[in-house]
Formats: sequence, structure tokens, C-alpha cells
Amino acid sequence: MEPHEVKVNGVPRVLAAGPQVSLLDWLRGQGLTGAKEGCAEGECGACAVLVAREDGPDRTRWTAVNSCLPAALAFDGGEVVTSEGLGRAPGACSAEELHPVQREMADRGGSQCGYCTPGFVCAMAAEYYRPERQPAAEEREPCHGPNGFDLHALSGNLCRCTGYRPIRDAAYALGAPAEADPLAARREASAPAAKRTRFVSSGTEFIRPETLQELLNRLEQDPDAVLVAGATDVGVERNLRHSRPRLVLAIDRLEELRGLDIATEYVEIGAALALSEVEQGLGGRVPLLSELFPQFASRLIRNSATLGGNLGTGSPIGDAAPVLLALDATLLLTSPRGERSVALADYFTGYRQTAREPDEIIRAVRVPLPLAPITAFHKVAKRRFDDISSVAVAFAARFDGAVVADVRIGLGGIAATPLRAKATEDALAGRELTRESAAEAAAVLASEGTPMDDHRASARYRAAMLEQAMLRFYADNAPELEVIR
Amino acid sequence: MTSLADRPDNPAVGQAVSHESAALHVTGTALYTDDLVGRMRGCLHAWPVQAPHAHAYVTALRTEPASAIPGVVRVLTAADVPGVNDAGAKDDEPLFPREVMYYGHAVCWVLGETAEAAQLGAAAVEVDYQELPSLLTLTEAIDAASFQGNQPVVARGDAEAGLKRAPHRFSGSFEFGGQEHFYLETHTSLAHVDESGQVFIQSSTQHPSETQEIVAHVLGLTNSEVTVQCLRMGGGFGGKEMQPHGLAAVAALGAVLTGRPVRLRLNRTQDMTMTGKRHPMHASWEVGFDDDGLLLALRATITSDGGWSLDLSEPVLARALCHIDNAYFIPDVEVLGRIAKTNKTSQTAFRGFGGPQGMLVIEDILGRCAPALGIEPAELRRRNFYAPGQSTPYGQPVRHAERLQDIWAQLSVRADVERRRAAVERFNASHEHSKRGLAMTPVKFGISFNFTAFNQAGALVHVYKDGSVLVNHGGTEMGQGLHTKIRQVAATALGVPLDFVRLAPTRTDKVPNTSATAASSGADLNGGAVKHACEQIREQLAEVAARKLDTQPYNVRFVDGRVTSLGSAESLSFAELVHTAYFQRTPLFAAGFYRTEGIHWDSTQMQGEPFKYFSYGAAVSEVEVDGFTGAYRFLRTDIVHDVGDSLSPLIDQGQIEGAFVQGAGWLTLEELRWDTSAGPDRGRLATQAASTYKIPSFSEMPEELNVHLYERATESGVVYGSKAVGEPPLMLAFSVREAIRAAAAAFGPAGRPLELPSPATPEAVFWAVQEARAAAGRGTLPATTSAASGAGG
Repeated sequence: MEPHEVKVNGVPRVLAAGPQVSLLDWLRGQGLTGAKEGCAEGECGACAVLVAREDGPDRTRWTAVNSCLPAALAFDGGEVVTSEGLGRAPGACSAEELHPVQREMADRGGSQCGYCTPGFVCAMAAEYYRPERQPAAEEREPCHGPNGFDLHALSGNLCRCTGYRPIRDAAYALGAPAEADPLAARREASAPAAKRTRFVSSGTEFIRPETLQELLNRLEQDPDAVLVAGATDVGVERNLRHSRPRLVLAIDRLEELRGLDIATEYVEIGAALALSEVEQGLGGRVPLLSELFPQFASRLIRNSATLGGNLGTGSPIGDAAPVLLALDATLLLTSPRGERSVALADYFTGYRQTAREPDEIIRAVRVPLPLAPITAFHKVAKRRFDDISSVAVAFAARFDGAVVADVRIGLGGIAATPLRAKATEDALAGRELTRESAAEAAAVLASEGTPMDDHRASARYRAAMLEQAMLRFYADNAPELEVIR
Repeated sequence: MTSLADRPDNPAVGQAVSHESAALHVTGTALYTDDLVGRMRGCLHAWPVQAPHAHAYVTALRTEPASAIPGVVRVLTAADVPGVNDAGAKDDEPLFPREVMYYGHAVCWVLGETAEAAQLGAAAVEVDYQELPSLLTLTEAIDAASFQGNQPVVARGDAEAGLKRAPHRFSGSFEFGGQEHFYLETHTSLAHVDESGQVFIQSSTQHPSETQEIVAHVLGLTNSEVTVQCLRMGGGFGGKEMQPHGLAAVAALGAVLTGRPVRLRLNRTQDMTMTGKRHPMHASWEVGFDDDGLLLALRATITSDGGWSLDLSEPVLARALCHIDNAYFIPDVEVLGRIAKTNKTSQTAFRGFGGPQGMLVIEDILGRCAPALGIEPAELRRRNFYAPGQSTPYGQPVRHAERLQDIWAQLSVRADVERRRAAVERFNASHEHSKRGLAMTPVKFGISFNFTAFNQAGALVHVYKDGSVLVNHGGTEMGQGLHTKIRQVAATALGVPLDFVRLAPTRTDKVPNTSATAASSGADLNGGAVKHACEQIREQLAEVAARKLDTQPYNVRFVDGRVTSLGSAESLSFAELVHTAYFQRTPLFAAGFYRTEGIHWDSTQMQGEPFKYFSYGAAVSEVEVDGFTGAYRFLRTDIVHDVGDSLSPLIDQGQIEGAFVQGAGWLTLEELRWDTSAGPDRGRLATQAASTYKIPSFSEMPEELNVHLYERATESGVVYGSKAVGEPPLMLAFSVREAIRAAAAAFGPAGRPLELPSPATPEAVFWAVQEARAAAGRGTLPATTSAASGAGG
């Protein structure tokens, strides 16, 4: 078998580290200590680096990811750039040669203690190289700079020193990459191809199968294997709870899991597409998902996390589930026995338990068309960027005049599983939506689920947030309903 | 010799320059303690065995199962300690405890060839515990009369009589949360025994000298046998003032016992569950106002939650008591302080050091009482500002008190407060589901360590034969820009360009017996010492130059690397002069020393003049609160802040903005939740990771943030006329909290007092909004509220 190798800052390096070694620890062990561990769970971004990802068949996109979460082995055959590779501080044998992002950060007071800075620099560089970034015309979008810089690119980076203002100013001052910029030029060629990887080390094994069939065969033999795409959950389990799976199967590069199909009767989203890829690929085609994405964790996480992972863990607080419940999505589950489709509403069977059989994988998520015309997603959390919901509510409704013809409401954070607010849906269906009927439905919604007290919120607040979500849904739609009446 | 505050022509101080390590930061080449591990051959890794009980005796500790794990080298226990088994200086923090005092307390440490092996070893150590009753909350501790340390009182006049006289009296109580430092770099120590037999520790510490002392007493060595170095820290905020010592001692003990380097790095959860935080506090109070809203009297009891040991709880409490007045003159005062002993981490220094807690009490009182007094809160605050000639309750005249009114007036104009107030009212009248609030709050913060002896510093400055300058001083760099300022001070004092001057890492073998880099005093103290050292060298050089330029030494000028004489066209370069001086056998290095003059403090009577001066500032913030969720957005904040004549404006602006946002985090998002149930996890910190403890992100930065440095503010008696900046601006964040209160209150009828918990999380704000709405439903002002029971008004 070929040696495992990663090209880091343009130089190939041999990769000989077990599946339990994160990309971050491997890089630091190589002497590249720019990327730091701040939290080890993908919340702070101090470990962010750039990786070369496919951007269509013949282009590459520089994508920033948290290096503390994925295994280094996941980048076998790949290309990584760290803060050290972007530019150079002045030294005895070299003149200062800062990257434009580094220049702006240094000159504007963007670093104080400097510990989070390499991660910010990498996250900022990814946005700097984003091919769609264009200077704003007249009206700026919220959270966008005059240079088209989307501040959400930095939503997964925490700084405890600066208060962020100088970092924002640095981001908004960036121009376009120069023609001779090697990383800009690199975008014009294909990304590194997926590479079959197998690595065994002291009783643990990492395999990146080349085909879906190979994956299914392996899973059939070894149903306890852990499937990994972006590692945004598995990486946390490894770092914080010392989980050491015996067999890891990397599925994020399997073509069969990476489709995005907008057909006449449905939209089908590959389970292993990163959420950022889904967001780009859909281009606003599903407004409820467009509303979800900027609120889902952070850009750094969305660059790795997948719908398959978010649903596969069966977490009751994943933000995708309530939205997909409201969209009446189904999951396509594949096994050696074939493929079956399961309505998402039937998929969650208990706390972190699902209808997925051990030998099955989530291949894709299917959202039926036409979409309900009126949708809304309400996420309640402490922090607007990069937080976990205490409650999430998604609405998808169709009105006949002012009468609710059809409504689906997906809930997260208020029971052992995500669930549909069936009683509330029944209370609304066929009724005119008025202040009074909304208040009645809000009372029903407040009694759905079995909310708990925890460190994020009290049960009482969670119930109140359900009620308020219904009141807001009415308030947001009231002006139009008034016109209809 | 010129006075400390005077600046020469064209000084390097006052220039807006980037952080001295900025190019290293952005390229990832600035080194932190844990980045050095790869440079150490055969380094061992330490991992703690953390107790899963809030309070328990260790009845048995079996380390053999750990030793059986491949890669485990040794388990460190109390039996290994050759010196004193104490991580502090007060004999109340056993490094290896027999009595577990909080959930997560480390009972022993495992050394492994890899961190993985050490972790597996720690999991294999068998510990038997005998559980004991525990106290978690302040209420539990107060009910059980569980206190530690002294119980100081700050008093002036007759509070009882003052309250009796007051036509408007209110009383209330208020418990508010602490704060996790959440420096991005967690605690790290790297120890080895060097080629001379010296114990050498690289540590992420704000207080290298004390780290050295604790390591020495644990190892039974003299201080001279231990050296501590701190390259830089990835943030400190007070969390690395006392907390690194025990960790450094564990690493050093391991290095001495095994003869190999030992790395001890806490991961985030270990750091959060093992190290101290900002003290949560409880206040009960009675306050009296006259008909114009002037404060007449305040009587209060402040109970601080010290956690399991004293650590810095006493001086933190002293500073809280000395800041309960904030910017306001209160004629009759009696404030009692006490420290609860609870089964939690030992709470410690955190930017502001009790000052923010004391000031939060009075700002909360004013915010709650203003509506009952019928006075706009900003106006109520302004009326009560100290006037020149008045003194604080602890007897210190408030010098430059007139700056409060001046800053307030400037801020009102700069931030266009009057027009925006009207705009907020219009917005609120036309929006049912969201409301805006605008609030303005002042800051007066005393600068110097309350404990007089700490107000001293040393420096060691070398000039080499080529004219290059190497500066050693006792302060540590944690991002606050101390080294940047010191570089500017040295360049100014020697009259050389900035790039002549290099800063050496902070080491105890260069400058001994240093104070912690804390209390915002780093530049005042170390800057004074560096300037003193540089001036000695310059005086020596002036003698040489005078001979060379055929003039008198007092006519020699050092500017930008050129040495000239008044009235002469001749000049020579600094490097030429230094070269000549060497051959004339002139000392080209000097030790500098500085002590703050004119301060004294009686900690028994709580009277004196503990502060060299006060820092002033004010902020006005506008926020928008969503009535459906209680979530808020910070729309705009304007700040005018007094840093004297800034040594380094870009650095000072960064300190002001960063402190403000950190303060806003403390008051809004950041919530420490311990398991206070009777269940098996009683005492466990529930918010022990970045996913559950939320510090501000980009979404909490004010959408518009304008900072203005107060002008013509020379502070006499401080290095180059500057003032300290590290802590005071944190308290500008009260403006955010009061703006949230105003916005939440706007959901209800005007003129009604509104309680707001701290932190004001979205949930807390939602309930405040509901409270305000319910009052609207009732339509009348309740006769009494728990917020402020009106005896008059």
C-alpha cells in the first residue's frame, strides 16, 4: 500500500499516526504549532486550518475547518495550509512576508494575546479566497463588509481579548487576491482526489472505502464500526469522552453520498455533503434550509458537518431535524439488502435511538416538492452565533386565504427526540389564523413534548419558547393575513 | 532628571503601534508554553485523577493499577513531596489533598510517556472516598455560617442615622454570578532539571516569582535553585495570578523525581473544573436618597463566594468594598464584607479583582431605584458624581473628580444621546414585539495594589556594543501589550528608534522578587523601573557624549538614535556613542527600580489612600430586546475613557474594547452552573466546556463601537503621564446591562422598577419582559415590589 501522505504548506509529509490522532495533534507533532487547541470540541476555532476541497470537478475551494476534530488520516492524499504556510514573520534569514490577511490583522490590532490568531487568520483566508466574494454593490447585506466579506465566516472563532472590532475591520478591509497569489491560482485546478486509506494501529483501524459497495460490505461484517464524515461529533467524543472506536469508516468522499438532485417532485441531498456544500448547491431553493444554515453551529463546523451525521447521531437537539420534520423529509437508508425510505417523523425512536439498522447507512435526505410557501425557523439559544439550541421550532404552512390549509411543525430540544407538534398542527388545521386562534394554538404548542431543566434553559422557559414561537409565527404573518382578509 | 510624567521631543511613547509580537501571532510562530514540548526530548505528560465528589475524605488510594498500564511512568502522591504539601502560601491548599474539597479536585497525578498513557493511567487509579456533607450555594453557606478569612467593614459617618433621615428609602438583595476566565490558552507548565541542576519551569503564569516560591517550598529548595520563565500567555485576565503555582509544582516534582522533562497542560474541561473563577457575590442593601435623588446613606452586606480556599478572596473582597461607591459620593456608609466557604473551585483574581462586583451593586441599586424616584437613570447617576474635594468612604480624596462630569458631557455630545433617546422612544412606540433601551454609566476605578508592598518593580536593561538594547523586566505579557509599551518606554528613555529595543522573556533569574502582573499596574510599575534603568545608562552616556561633543552632559540630547548637543551642529549616532563608551569603560547596563509613592493602607480599619490615582470613563450603550425570546442585540456603544496620556493608543484602544466586551459577557451570556441537587453529581460544574459556557462571539460585539481617549489627561507621577488601562474599561459594560433593563422595562408601564438578574441571559431577560408585561396588564404600580420597597417616593 502507498505511504500515507499529506501536503502541508506545499510540502509533502509522511503521515504515520493512528486513527485517534487528530489533524491538530499531528500538525503540532510535526512542529507546526501555529494551530492551537482551545477547546477540543470545535467551538473556539483556535485550531482552524485551510484544506483543499473539491469545488466542482475541476476546481478547488480553500475551506477552513477545525483541525481538532477530524483524524489526521482523513487527510491522506490531501492538502492543508496552516497559518505558518500563509506568510512569514521577519527573521534572521528572511524578510517579513505577510499574507494580506495577516497584514490586516497585524496592523489593525487584530491580535492581543495571539493564541486565537492563527485560527482567525485561516478562517479569514478561506473567506478571502471564496470565489463568490464580490464587493457589495450599493446595499450591503447584514453581516457583510463592503468587500463582500461574510462575517459568518468567523462565527466559529472565539477571541477573549479584542472584543472583535479590530478583527472585523481587518476582514472588511481585505481586497481581492493578487493574480500571482499561489493559493488563488490553486483554486483553478482539481482538488486532490479521494484516496483509499487503510491504517491499523494497536487494535484500532481507519478505513476510507473507495466505493459504497465496499463500505456496505465492511459494515455488514462489522456493524459496530463508527461511520465518520466531518467528525464534528465523533471528534468531540474522542477528545472529551475518550471514545476510541475499534473501526472507523470514513464516508465523506463517497460519490453516492454526495449527490444534490433537484428533481420535479423532490430535492435529494446527499448525506455526506458538508452543510456548506448543501447551502451553496441549493442556492436558496429551499428557503427554510436557507434560514437554518447560518444558525447551524458555525461556518467552521458547517464546512465539515453533514446532514447524515446530524441525523445519524439521533440527537434531540440537532438543528436540522426540526426543519426537516417541517419539510416532511424522508431518509433513504441503504444496506446490502437494498434501499428503503423512512419518513423522518418515524425515524427517531428514543433518546439517541433511531430506526436505522446497524448495517444501514443514511445515503440521502429527500425533501418533497412543492414546498409549503410559508416557513419559519426559530432557534432559541444564549448566543446568536455558534450555540446549541435550547429550543428549535420550524414551521411549514400552506394557507387558503387566511385559513391554515396545512401545517407541519418540527420541534427540537423539548423531548428525548425531535418531534412533530401534532396536537398543535391539528389545532391549527382548517382554522383561520387570527390573534385568538394563534393564542389558542400557542397554548397547545406550549404543552407539547417533555421539556427539561438543564444548564441551557429551564423547562419553564422551554415551554414558554414554544408558546412564543407560535405567537411570533402569527405576528410575522399577520400583516399579509390582514391584507387577505 | 526630568519628572516621571514628562515626555521628551518626538517620543516613541504615544505612537500608535501594533503589538510587539503581531507578526509572530499572525504567522503562528509566536511560541506559548505548550509549543515548546516538541523541543524537549523524552518529555513526560501529566494527567490528574479528579475526585467525583464535592466533599469527601480520601480513605484509600491505590496507584498500582495505573503503574500496570503501558506507558505509565509514575504516579505522584503526597508521599512524594519533599517540602511543603501546599499549592499556596496560606497553608490551606494541599497540593495532594486527603480531604476532597470540590468536585474535580485532583487527588494525585499520573505521568506517562504520552498524554494518552497518562490519561489511561489516571482512569486506572483506584480511590476510595468517604463522602461528606457539602455546601454549594451562597445561601447554603450563609445559612450554615460557613465563612473564611477576615470580615472587613468600610464605614464613614452614621449609616443608620443617614437612612433614617432619608425621605426615600429602598432595600433589596441581589445575588450575581461569577465568570470563567476562558483565556484561550489553558494552564500549562513545562518543567525540567537543567544542566546546572537548577529546576527550570516554563509556565503560563502572571506571577513568575510566586510560582518560583511555591515550587521551591514544595520541593524543599531555596528560591535561588528554581527559575521560572514565561514567554507569553494566551490570555490571563487574573486567572494565572495564583492558579498556576500548584500546577507548576506538580510538573517540577515530576521532573525532579524522574529526571525527565514533564509537561502539564490542562485541557479545557480540566481547566474549567479545577481552577478558580471570578467570585460570585450576594449583596443585601438599604439605601436612602433625598428629594433630588442625591444619595444620603448606604448600608450593605456583601458576601463573596470564595470557594474551598482563600486564595485571593480577601484582597478581592477589599477591592469590592472599596468600589461599591463607584463614581458616587455617599455621605454615610457602612458596608460589611465576608467570604463564604463553599465546595467549589477556589475563586480568584479576575480583571477588576472585586471592583466590578462592588460597582455592580451600586449600579444595580441606581438602576432599580431611578424609576421609583422618578428620575431618568443617567441623570440620577450624574447628580451623584463625586465633586472635587470629596473623599471616598475609605478616606481617599477623589483627585480629578471633575473629569467625571467632563467625560459625561463629552460622551453625551459624541454619542448624540439626546437625539437617540428620542429615536428609541419612537421605536418603542411603534414596535410591539421588540424594544430598545439606551443607558449611560460611569466608571471610577482605583489604581495600585491595595496591599502597599506589591507596588514595586524591577528591571534590567542591557545596551550592547552595537547600540542594540535588551530589556528585562518583571512584568509578563498576556496580550495586554505590556511588552509593546515597555519597548516604547525604553526607546523614549534612551532616545533610540523602537527597533533598537528588544524585550527578553520574563524570567525570575533576571529580575527577582517581582509582583504579579495584575491590578492593571504592569506598565505603571515596570515602565517606571525600565525608565529608571534607561536613565541611568543615558546619564552615563551623556558624560561620554559631552566629552566627545565638547559640551556639558545636561546639554546632550538623545533623539531617534542621534545624540546631539544644544547649540551645536555636531552629532553622533547612538551606536557610535555606545562603542566609544565601552572603550572608556562605562557601564552599559543598569538595574532599575520603581515604587509607587504616596500610598498607604490600613487593612484593619479599611482606611487610607491605597490608590495612586483613579481611572475614569463612561459608556453609553443601545440594545434591542426581542420580546418573544428575551434575546438581545447590542446596537451601538460609545466610550470616552481616561488613560492619561496614552503610552500606546492602539494598545489602549484594544484594552478598552476587549475589556468592555468581556464585561458585557460577564453581565449577559456567561453563566456558571453547578449541580446543586442532592444527586450523585452534586457539586459538578455543569458548564465545563466551550459548548456549554458561552463567551461573547462576533454576534455580541456592538454593531457600532466608538472609543475615544480622554484628551489632555496627563497623570503626574506616572510613567510618561499615562494611566493604567487593563481593568477599568471592563466596568463600562454596566451600560449594556442597564440598557437591557431599560429595554425590558419598556414592555411595561413607565416608571416601574424592574429587577434584572446577572447574568442577564436571554432567559432571564425574557422573564423580566414578562414581569414588565404583567405590570402593564395590571396597569398600576404595585405598592411594594421586591425590587425596591419604597419607604417614601
